[in-house]
Amino acid sequence: MAAYDADSSAGGDLAYDPNFVPDSVKTFVVHLYRQIREKNVYEIHQMYEGSFNRLTDRMFRESPWPTAEAVAPYVDGDHVFCLLYREMWFRHVYARLTPTPKQRVESWDNYCSLFGVVLHGVVNMQLPNQWLWDMVDEFVYQFQSYCQYRAKLKNKTEEELQLLRHFDQAWNVYGVLNYLQALVEKSNIIQILEREKEGLEQFTALDGYDYQGGSNVLKMLGYYSMIGLLRVHCLLGDYRTGLKCMAPIDLSQQGVYTNVIGSNISTIYHYGFANLMLRRYGDAIREFNKMLLYILKYKQYHQKSPQYDQILKKNEQMYALLAVCLSLCPQQKLVDENVSTQLKEKYNDKMTKMQRYDDEASTVYDELFSYGCPKFITPSAPVLDEPLTNYNQEAYRLQLKMFLFEVKQQQLLAGIRSFLKIYSTITVTKLAQFMDVDEATLRTILMTYKHKMHSTDNDGKIISNADIYFYVDDDTVHVVEAKPTKRFGDYFLRQILKFEEMNSELEKVQLD
Amino acid sequence: MAKEAQQQVSYTVEELVAVNPYNPDILADLENYVNEQVSSQKYSLDANLCLLRLYQFEPERMSTPIVARILIKALMAMPAQDFSLCLFLIPEQVQTEEQFKTLIVLSHYLETARFRLFWDEVAKNRSLLESVPGFQQAIEAYAVHVLSLTYQKVPRAVLAEAINKEGLALDQFLEYHVANSGWAIEKSQGRSQLIVLPPNEFNHPELKKNASDSVSFEHVTRIFPVLS
Repeated sequence: MAAYDADSSAGGDLAYDPNFVPDSVKTFVVHLYRQIREKNVYEIHQMYEGSFNRLTDRMFRESPWPTAEAVAPYVDGDHVFCLLYREMWFRHVYARLTPTPKQRVESWDNYCSLFGVVLHGVVNMQLPNQWLWDMVDEFVYQFQSYCQYRAKLKNKTEEELQLLRHFDQAWNVYGVLNYLQALVEKSNIIQILEREKEGLEQFTALDGYDYQGGSNVLKMLGYYSMIGLLRVHCLLGDYRTGLKCMAPIDLSQQGVYTNVIGSNISTIYHYGFANLMLRRYGDAIREFNKMLLYILKYKQYHQKSPQYDQILKKNEQMYALLAVCLSLCPQQKLVDENVSTQLKEKYNDKMTKMQRYDDEASTVYDELFSYGCPKFITPSAPVLDEPLTNYNQEAYRLQLKMFLFEVKQQQLLAGIRSFLKIYSTITVTKLAQFMDVDEATLRTILMTYKHKMHSTDNDGKIISNADIYFYVDDDTVHVVEAKPTKRFGDYFLRQILKFEEMNSELEKVQLD
Repeated sequence: MAKEAQQQVSYTVEELVAVNPYNPDILADLENYVNEQVSSQKYSLDANLCLLRLYQFEPERMSTPIVARILIKALMAMPAQDFSLCLFLIPEQVQTEEQFKTLIVLSHYLETARFRLFWDEVAKNRSLLESVPGFQQAIEAYAVHVLSLTYQKVPRAVLAEAINKEGLALDQFLEYHVANSGWAIEKSQGRSQLIVLPPNEFNHPELKKNASDSVSFEHVTRIFPVLS
């Protein structure tokens, strides 16, 4: 796809004039501007999701929209509107075209201005959550894209290298993280969520909107920035801190994060992945299962949405990661039937291979991990002296290497599993014979199983992910059969709440 | 007076990490904090991850001795997974340096419960590890933890190998735990001792079953409005 430089009107396709504003665009910006001023969130959403994409499909499939400078006269030159418009403008270029190096830098500048304005607390708009989520999501995406871009130095032109040298602050990792952190802090979102737990504030119930004439922008950008921070930390390989950034949001419940499907998927995907890397396989399986079930049920409603492709991609990635988790920690009971069927269809053979723990297994783990993992980044600034290399794969290679090392350490556990499933009691000597190892080694394998299948949570408590329960008494291994537990308590609680809801609905019915 | 000042510094560092972690200016404070953790036998994973991240952002400022110390402290935190969490943030080229290769091998032995190999390797690297006080005890605690997950009754020889103690030292260790940790000593067939470890839900699976249908207090509070 051709890259369009917003500044040059010569060069490139003469059909694109950045300053020409077709009538339909004039109408679009005038209406959007008015809706924003009048705080009609519903209409804004229609225009943002609907009209913008329709116009893009009709007129801007292969060229950018008119520049912000060109449309400014139609919107009173409103500074904030132009920042918003420009954000959409760059997002469109990233989605449909290929951004030039200069455009990448200009987009960074735009985000700095936009977030700067929001952080100063002078914004009085109410924008749809979808839009606010997209802003944060795109911000992180462009950061990721820039890190990938500048780590590929080998074929860069002198001009491109000059740009990198000159604009060395563009998309610097400190800036990105500090903006996200600042949004979280300035919005007070953490305190808002705390107060909500104590019943002192309404946030989730109002979906983050402000019905008292105020603005939802800073609050929601702060909220979504927590998810942004989770994502950035995953890209850096710091899973623990990523999860800590999400701690204020209770993922066991519906929340504002579930209302925009993009935010729902991104949250659960990264949360699940971080748990996988932290060896908390049970948690990872539960979350992936939840999300995959949700997508199965609701994806039909998003077929027309511009995010549909992304939804499908993440869906496939999560199946791959789920297959990996279940091979390391066979807890089929945590997986819903419908998800399980899909999983078998896609990965039955591969899962059988992975559970064999030989060299072929390693290849399959490599394949699925590589497919399912995020696009890790090297955050440091490039060293622009000779020799110029491409090092954009380094971060990924490190995470993959560490993961495969972990898999290798668990290699012998498959053998143990198959034997412990058949015997209720067996001596260490006999078991060692069956596994063709000496007794001392067998004892270490049993301890390795225990260690690997029990993870520690953030408070240091031991959580079991074990699928087989056993203990050793001197020289005999005793296996205790795990009976499937019926969770009566949980069931009753849910039904009580459900019936209470039904009762109050019925009470509202007035009979004449 | 000096101690008070010291306490104040560490309080400030933890605050910094919580409030302003993405800040290149705190790098020196974080490095000092690592040394403080080593000398006063404290530990803060979050502060150390913060430092490793800063090294990731500015590789030319990385100090390999500090990284080595962080990794040793992480090893001492086992069974927590801190060691690999740190490694996720350390570039591959750095990991191939000799001292890090050694530490990775040590971690590997501990992760796979190969205690004999572990203590042999430790013996070959005394200088590296003796610089961090509390190392021996921390690993002993990890060994005891893994044994407690696995065994109801563990043969003396297995325990001896795991904690690298023999004869009198082992007897004293056993005495201490019998008195303080609920251990007991039996005789198995032959003359060797069997150490009876206290029951928990991992080495006594029947204990686990009782806990599985418990409902958390938070969930019960949801129906309080209904109950009234």
